[in-house]
Amino acid sequence: MAIAENLVTTAFAKDAVLDCRLDRLHYGSFQAVRDSHIPVHKGRITGFIGPSGCGKSSVLRCFNRTNDLIPGFSFDGQVLFEGSDIYAADIDPVAIRRFIGMVFQQPNPFAMSIFDNVAFGLKINRYKGDVAARVEEALRQAALWDEVKDKLKRSGLSLSGGQQQRLCIARAIATSPTVLLMDEPCSALDPIATQRIEELMLELKERYTIALVTHNMQQARRVADNTAFMGVDIAGGRRTGYLVEFGSTDQVFEDPREALTREYLRGKFS
Amino acid sequence: MSVAPGPSAFDRAAITRSWRRRHTLTSSLLTVFTWLVALLACVPLFSVLYMLVVKGGARLSLAVFTELPPVAFEPGGGFGNAIVGTGVMVGIAALLAVPAGILIAVYLAEFGRASRIARIARFCIKTLTGMPSILAGVFAYAAVVLVTGGYSAPAGGVALALLMLPTVVLTAEESLRMVPQPMREAAYGIGCTPTQAVLRVVLPTAAPGALTGIMLAVARASGETAPLLFTALFSDYWINQLGTIELMEPTASLAVLIYNYSGMPFENQIELAWAASLVLVILVMLANGAGRLLGRNRTGH
Amino acid sequence: MAGEPAKTGNHGGIARAPAAGERIADRLFRGGTRVLTWLVVLLSAYIVWEIGGSALPAIREYGLGFLIGTEWDPNAGKFGVLPQIWGTVYSSFLALLMAGTVGLVIAIFLTQGFLPAKLETAFRSIVELLAAVPSVVYGLWGIHVVIPLLRPAADWLHAELGWVPFFGTTLSGPGMFPAALVLAIMVLPTVAAISQDALRAVPHKMREAVYGMGATRWQAILKVIVPAASSSIFGAMVLGLGRALGETMALAMLVGNSNQITLSLFSPANTLAASLALNFPEAGVVEAGALMYAALVLLAITLIVNVIGASIVARSTRRLEGQA
Repeated sequence: MAIAENLVTTAFAKDAVLDCRLDRLHYGSFQAVRDSHIPVHKGRITGFIGPSGCGKSSVLRCFNRTNDLIPGFSFDGQVLFEGSDIYAADIDPVAIRRFIGMVFQQPNPFAMSIFDNVAFGLKINRYKGDVAARVEEALRQAALWDEVKDKLKRSGLSLSGGQQQRLCIARAIATSPTVLLMDEPCSALDPIATQRIEELMLELKERYTIALVTHNMQQARRVADNTAFMGVDIAGGRRTGYLVEFGSTDQVFEDPREALTREYLRGKFS
Repeated sequence: MSVAPGPSAFDRAAITRSWRRRHTLTSSLLTVFTWLVALLACVPLFSVLYMLVVKGGARLSLAVFTELPPVAFEPGGGFGNAIVGTGVMVGIAALLAVPAGILIAVYLAEFGRASRIARIARFCIKTLTGMPSILAGVFAYAAVVLVTGGYSAPAGGVALALLMLPTVVLTAEESLRMVPQPMREAAYGIGCTPTQAVLRVVLPTAAPGALTGIMLAVARASGETAPLLFTALFSDYWINQLGTIELMEPTASLAVLIYNYSGMPFENQIELAWAASLVLVILVMLANGAGRLLGRNRTGH
Repeated sequence: MAGEPAKTGNHGGIARAPAAGERIADRLFRGGTRVLTWLVVLLSAYIVWEIGGSALPAIREYGLGFLIGTEWDPNAGKFGVLPQIWGTVYSSFLALLMAGTVGLVIAIFLTQGFLPAKLETAFRSIVELLAAVPSVVYGLWGIHVVIPLLRPAADWLHAELGWVPFFGTTLSGPGMFPAALVLAIMVLPTVAAISQDALRAVPHKMREAVYGMGATRWQAILKVIVPAASSSIFGAMVLGLGRALGETMALAMLVGNSNQITLSLFSPANTLAASLALNFPEAGVVEAGALMYAALVLLAITLIVNVIGASIVARSTRRLEGQA
């Protein structure tokens, strides 16, 4: 089975813009994730699902080296971005994060105006064009423009949770990154706000490549093109996550190759 | 900025480290600058410590602890009376400030937590924290020296107590507040009166934190000079003369001795000032260290 | 349990109602803490009243002209504190300029992952130790180390750039700059500590967001983290100012006790607190009254600055925590 899986993964990996070949991921002496080879394809949404503690967020955070901020983090393996290993010694993690944007679990606008939040990425990238136009475009793409166009000078923190999250999405897409990582972007939101963000993801798919971690299987089913299902080993009270199976969303949900996936989908454990 | 680059058009150079990139260079320069400033900030402390050890250590001997301050051209001498004087005045201050401070903290944290008077008192105490120490001296001069008719150790003690009180109250209140609520509820649940709950359960739990505050306050008071200048003044004699302890006389202190001798043109006095500084800093650091140690045990708990 | 129930208990158990003594002790103790709390409020009022009362004759005598007078001559009965007020404000701002810059840089250095955690703690203790050295020891150090060290540089600056008002005089001994420098060292721990708290209060998710955007460490620090903490940092500066305004000994020993208003960094000057320390012990009745007036002015200035600083810190901390 492992061989079959690898064949499938390799076949998928061919036109991956981001190809994760994670062997081991540690926080200090604690092994959080092992053996997870997952490709992310251009112009598609790749969903990451699995029980809590399976390390799906940890894997996602490797894709733009946000994990580097955590003391004790260490990574064995490769993450190929456009064919280059982003963990290679000569790679600048700061540059990586400019090409691979991220939206976090909790909305996290900066303590500045709505406009400045969205313009921030343009500024650090020394964007020479029309900043106001680009900000408007990003806010429109994030389906927030109509709600905030009259109060762009107000603090980003004055918005509601759902609006804040869309502001964070606008901020992330303003620089048109190659890949957009979304780490449970709806977990702090109510159902209506969640639905808006889901619609948004489907629209954004036209322009961006998205990797989405979600604890909500229905959400993955609705929006993801490909799905990675991760499981977790519990040994001695320590949880180590790993990839169980990867495939197109239809295949993973309707005809899973692995018994574990089938059990999970049937709701044996969550 | 173009929209996402097309397939296979990606230039690897865009993501490699490069000194030519402006942000890398500015970042490194700023980091170097930060390191320099941080190291620069260490210079004064080490310079002070170096001078204390070299200049003060050279003069340190048994004599400085047992002898009286010398007069102008006299060689030798010491500051035994100043050590005793500092001890006596800090002792008086602690006697005044510690019990009162703890009881006030109990009211602020336990009995009257949200009352109006507690809010007003908290504001007053925070304001006292910021009061210049010289003003504590001015107050003690007006309220004690003028009333008792002379410079004295208790006058100095009152001035120092005024400076200790806010630290004692605020740290004790803080540590009382950190006592978990279930512990309080357990004490009441077993039928304690509020007083019993505080004295037998809450206060003992908060004791290490309160002690930290007391030690820090003692450390601060031992080094204070300004409030003593015109409350205790200075004296060239021992506090006990002819077998009686003369509390109501001008009293020597290490801090005022250092101040008096610092500007003198005599080498002997300046050496003594350094030696007294060394002794004073050691005393202050010991009190400080003891306080911190207690504090650490509490947080480690 | 056999026999008659124990005298003190119902139902034959040990439990009993609190004795009258316990009730009285409880009342006394609680009442006592309350009375002491009242007393501390009264004490604060008494301090103001006592200093104000002692200053009253001088206030009647010299009025507000005291605040703008530039002469202090006990023999002629002329008293004005404008030079002392100027010296207090000038030395404090100079000190804050130095301590504020260095303190903020150190706060960044100690909170933004420049050092491993253990070294961070060690370094923090070094900065905190600066606060433990008594100010009179800094004064002694200033006289015998700082002034001799600064003198050649100061005299060179005066010789080369004497036309700049800041370098208008030579450094003959005590002076404004050495006093302000030592003052800065004494204020540094306060500013550094409160700024560190402010930077640490910036929510972690905000840091993640900015690094996630591809900001460099310094872009993150300068464009997002420091601005988010800016109002608390400003409060830290104001509290540092409050400390500097009231600091006595280092200034009394280093500033030179000379009542003049000058921009020169190397000229001797005076401050309110220093002039109290230097003149009070030998003051006659008339001068003592004038000094009480000066003390009242100092009390008012520090009170206002400290209350403003504390309320800025409290409000901005609340706001940052509220959004976290």
